[in-house]
Amino acid sequence: MFPPLPNPTTQPVPPKFGDKDLLRRSATSITPPEKRQTEVAKLIDVSKCIGCKACQTACLEWNDLREEVGVNTGVYENPHDLTPASWTLMRYAEYENPQTGNLEWLIRKDGCMHCEDPGCLKACPAPGAIVQYSNGIVDFQKENCIGCGYCVKGCPFNIPRISKVDNKAYKCSLCSDRVAVGQGPACQKACPTQAIVFGTKDEMKKWADKRIADLKSRGFANAGLYDPPGVKGTHVMYVLHHADKPQLYSGLPNNPAISPIVELWKGMTRYAGFAAIGAFAAISVLHRVVAGRSVVSADDERNAKMLADKNMMKEKTP
Amino acid sequence: MNMELSRRQFLAGSGAGLAGTTIAALGFGDVESAHAVSIRPFKLAQTKEARSTCPYCAVSCGMVIFSAQSKSAPGKMEIVHIEGDADHPVNRGTLCPKGSAALDYIRSETRVKYPMYRKPGANKFERVSWDFAMERIAKLMKDDRDQNFIEKNNDGTTVNRWTTMAFLSGSSCTNETGWLTWKVARGLGLLQLENQARI
Amino acid sequence: MTNSWTDIKNADVVWIMGGNAAEAHPCGFKWVTEAKAERGAKLMVVDPRFTRSAAVADHYSPIRPGTDIAFLSGVVNYLLSNDKIHKEYVRNYTNAAYIVKEGYAFNEGLFSGYNEANRSYDRSSWEYEIGPDGFAVRDLTLENPRSVYQLMKQHFSVYTPETVERITGSPKDKFLKVADWVASTATGDRAMTIMYALGWTQHSHGAQNIRTAAMIQLLCGNIGVPGGGINALRGHSNVQGITDIGTLTASLPGYLAMPTDSEPTLESHLGKRTFKPLQANQTSYWQNYRKFYVSFLKGMYGEKATKENEFGYNWLPKLDVAYDCLRMFETMYQGKTNGLICQGFNPLMSIAHTKKSIAGLSKLKFLVSIDPIETDTARFWENHGEYNDVDPAKIQTEVFMLPCASFAEEEGSLTNSSRCVSWKWAAAEPYHESWRDADFLADLFLRIRKLYEKDGGKGIEPLMAVDWSYKDPLHPHAEEVLKELNGKALVDLKDGEGKVTRAAGQQLASFAEMRDDGSTDGVQWIYTGVFGPNGNLAQRRDNSDPSGMNVYGSWGFAWPANRRILYNRASADPDGKPWSEAKKYVFWDGAKWTGADIPDYVPTLPPSRGAGPFIMNPEGVSRLFARGMMAEGPFPVHYEPFEAPVANPLFPKIKGNPVARVFKGDMEVFGTAKEFPIVATTYRLVEHFHYWTKGVHANAVIQPEFFVEISEELAREKGITRGGWVRVWSNRGAVKGKAVVTKRLKPLKIDGKTVHTVGMPLNYGFIGEAKKASPINTLTPPVGDANSQTPEFKAFLVDIEPISGPVA
Repeated sequence: MFPPLPNPTTQPVPPKFGDKDLLRRSATSITPPEKRQTEVAKLIDVSKCIGCKACQTACLEWNDLREEVGVNTGVYENPHDLTPASWTLMRYAEYENPQTGNLEWLIRKDGCMHCEDPGCLKACPAPGAIVQYSNGIVDFQKENCIGCGYCVKGCPFNIPRISKVDNKAYKCSLCSDRVAVGQGPACQKACPTQAIVFGTKDEMKKWADKRIADLKSRGFANAGLYDPPGVKGTHVMYVLHHADKPQLYSGLPNNPAISPIVELWKGMTRYAGFAAIGAFAAISVLHRVVAGRSVVSADDERNAKMLADKNMMKEKTP
Repeated sequence: MNMELSRRQFLAGSGAGLAGTTIAALGFGDVESAHAVSIRPFKLAQTKEARSTCPYCAVSCGMVIFSAQSKSAPGKMEIVHIEGDADHPVNRGTLCPKGSAALDYIRSETRVKYPMYRKPGANKFERVSWDFAMERIAKLMKDDRDQNFIEKNNDGTTVNRWTTMAFLSGSSCTNETGWLTWKVARGLGLLQLENQARI
Repeated sequence: MTNSWTDIKNADVVWIMGGNAAEAHPCGFKWVTEAKAERGAKLMVVDPRFTRSAAVADHYSPIRPGTDIAFLSGVVNYLLSNDKIHKEYVRNYTNAAYIVKEGYAFNEGLFSGYNEANRSYDRSSWEYEIGPDGFAVRDLTLENPRSVYQLMKQHFSVYTPETVERITGSPKDKFLKVADWVASTATGDRAMTIMYALGWTQHSHGAQNIRTAAMIQLLCGNIGVPGGGINALRGHSNVQGITDIGTLTASLPGYLAMPTDSEPTLESHLGKRTFKPLQANQTSYWQNYRKFYVSFLKGMYGEKATKENEFGYNWLPKLDVAYDCLRMFETMYQGKTNGLICQGFNPLMSIAHTKKSIAGLSKLKFLVSIDPIETDTARFWENHGEYNDVDPAKIQTEVFMLPCASFAEEEGSLTNSSRCVSWKWAAAEPYHESWRDADFLADLFLRIRKLYEKDGGKGIEPLMAVDWSYKDPLHPHAEEVLKELNGKALVDLKDGEGKVTRAAGQQLASFAEMRDDGSTDGVQWIYTGVFGPNGNLAQRRDNSDPSGMNVYGSWGFAWPANRRILYNRASADPDGKPWSEAKKYVFWDGAKWTGADIPDYVPTLPPSRGAGPFIMNPEGVSRLFARGMMAEGPFPVHYEPFEAPVANPLFPKIKGNPVARVFKGDMEVFGTAKEFPIVATTYRLVEHFHYWTKGVHANAVIQPEFFVEISEELAREKGITRGGWVRVWSNRGAVKGKAVVTKRLKPLKIDGKTVHTVGMPLNYGFIGEAKKASPINTLTPPVGDANSQTPEFKAFLVDIEPISGPVA
């Protein structure tokens, strides 16, 4: 058993990280701290997951989220997708393994992966709406969010959702408030079978090794760790029985990477770019184009590309 | 803390957020180089904790229940958060999807708030006082007991039973409640006494 | 549970059948995943559906609902015919060597003594041969043809792997893998735990399901050892404690019995329960029954209980018949019940055959519900369209819906399924106008007494005799009540030499101190010690594990006597040596019994005395042959559910369980396979707890609506689409829901015929935040297990069709 963290204290404790630990800030150039905090990670072992959804209710409760009561659509997933109020979701896949003839019920907790190279943050045009701490947590700063939806486009895992109520983007914060006082995320604490564990990234990798060895001993030759290099690794990792086929787990990307559009766009969000085209103009155009939508449409994408191209043109022009 | 808060409020003000941060991005915001990230304040600070037990299944997981002064009912404590008790040898701090949402049980929309009474044939409940309800129930029970209590059976054996009254005893009640239930039910002469052990 | 949640970590094989621990007990299930991760344990799951438990299992086998005895008997046969049993354990610790007397027989599915007219047995032939010394005769070579061992071999030989497959639909290879893994633990150095719940109990032969499993554990030597046991996971958070207390029609606290009409005096009751040893030197602990009974009566009636009035024995109501839940609703249906109090109970949802329940409730003069949240039962008289189609104007029942404090708003003790009594503290005062259950009970009782004092009436003496001398009679304090459960000395207790061992007024440390002369009280003998002279041990929170075997002996108090594994003397061989180093637990150190746990044995009784480890039984050993203890017979037999898709393949003439009780008029509500060709089963979902959490927002969010699980094959056959609406009906009623079409359910070949199974969760109703649904028990048959009357919710017949959805 991974040693459980002690119960939370009720005494006020200063947060263990904050401003001084920012690694990145959206649409802002900052100087990262000289010394990086120890990287944290959440490890989700799908082979221990029973799909109970304790993570979902613990997340709702801790983060004071109120999700709507939906309907059944013939599957176990509820809600049916991530939403502004559901930052994590169990996804269920029934897989008949052709090698063994056995049915496998592959259940994966979906949610923000807290990428080391965060596509959402890179795509975000709103200064300070998304931050990355040096411990690896990627956190949304609601007050700075303009609801443009570019984080959704930028995310290789399709995680952020824009609220129709306040037009802000929402996703898992890795319970930054809990981590800041030395606790693990609410989902991790609740998880009945320790399918979710939390600690330093190094600890989590070591713990994963042990789990992978156990899975291999039970015939899962391709068991392995999902810590995808395309986003320079993540601070939420999976142990998979079939690490060679992540897509079996309700479409977990095989090789996630930030979209090339975002890479272009990234250039524009630099403050130099803003200065060149006029930040207010750019943001207001963008805002008008995508406000209130949770998904960036093909039109938006074309517009963004045009803006990006224009920007590049300008940059090239002496 | 207060400094940060006021700055956040300023930044969050209409239009000012964009203006301020754009200014910062343009290099005029050096005084604001600390960006005032907002990590949500830890909500359990200054709360009171009690060790309890999950009301649901028979694993009976340990819970820590956090409460604070109620805003709606001054002077009363209100439960603000529940999580697993990491000290408990069985659940080690974990809770299932029911236990993790137990706060929503306490504040359920269908929580019964007051004694409610439905008259014969009525199509709605009406709010009544505890005293009315208890007096009426006691009266109904006594009347029925007086009519149907059997002191001796046909063979003359003392049997002291009241078979027209039934009691279904809750299996989530404490042992102490369980014993008081037994005592009251059998004291009245009940044989129709069951709990959820079989269903 | 014979063992405990944390002990599961010591298992080498975990077998989940008749339960779905991952789904119904997720936090206890962590000890399964720990056993897997830390000791390489294997997990196998046998279930009609590929469940959440199966999702993390190493082996899964499907089974047709209601055929567990056939499967388990197949395992028994495999163990016996391949001689893969723990021979020394079986020889010394079970009644395998006992000789069954002449007259016992088994023919055509029935045992000797059957009376068809009253559907019951004369059980007198199901007994041991008694020798001239008054003890049961044994043959320790196990060769006597009338020995239990030889009779068993013969009895179970019919359950070959092929027959198992024919009855249960479990493919032979999958069955054999299970049997093989079971056999791998019959070695003394490996152990298997069996985890079950209502998937085994809710059958017309539920008790025999569990008994067959217990027999397997005994054959493997897995009872009394760490990582072993037969573990009932159980339902509510305090269902163990409430069962211990005995709010059951025929029970007193601590598994003592209610008096019946045929026991007019205390002596006539006790005289039937002397529990004389059946073998030399046996403990036969129930010999102390009278001490516990008298101490109970002293607790119940206090000073009014005297030797002269038989300690108030005759004030207790006497049973004319046992009013289990099914009979309770039958009695109500017949109009013979006028009042019902539901305390945290929603019977409209939880009793079989809802139509009958509604009719019964409608005949009540008054109904009282005390619960923190609204129940469907409290609103049974309200019209909820198709989900509860009643006419309020025609229902004359007076209804009281009273607000009760929630679990978080009161303190007290709870007993989990590991039998561990632990304390909870209140986090807040009761919300709104709610009262604690204890305050409601006290108020009601004292109010009724006051009415009797004022106006007189019938049965005053027994009512007034009850001791209610609480410091604050209207608000009995939980600790004061726990002390009452524990018991105390009423006079100075002295040993043989006249030395005071317990001063008058002091709490008792152990039930061994209880006496039958009225000098001690204590209403719950099995809990004695929980609040002894050293205070409230339920409040202990020391989570140290000194043995390193996941034994938390200083956390709370596990009954009896703080034992964590029952029958733990059996973890050592007859000489008192551990069967193996790997399973070393309780052993004889030359002077006393010692080890990781409190010995379940007389602590200084040397092994040479030959007292068996099953100290509650007069034989001192466990029973593979149940004697007269079970209604159906001393060995289990495969009987079909009352509604089955095929005739009993072994004994075609027998319908259902031949001794299950069926009320007049209920035989007609069973459907036939011709009309209802599909097997149905019901179950809990992990997202919900019974009928409570449909009123809990977050739980309504994560599983909002009733559904019906069906196989892809059945969906194709019936033209049902995923997420489409279906109607499911039995001979008793119909429900509607969304179809969850899944690979996790498969049609099975039963006796040459393709049989489909559909599954339906039970957690939905018409009150709460989740989408409205008809009570699931609209479909279920009103027949119970022949021993416990637990309703047959897990196997019945339905049909299914696609429908267009309800008009919004």
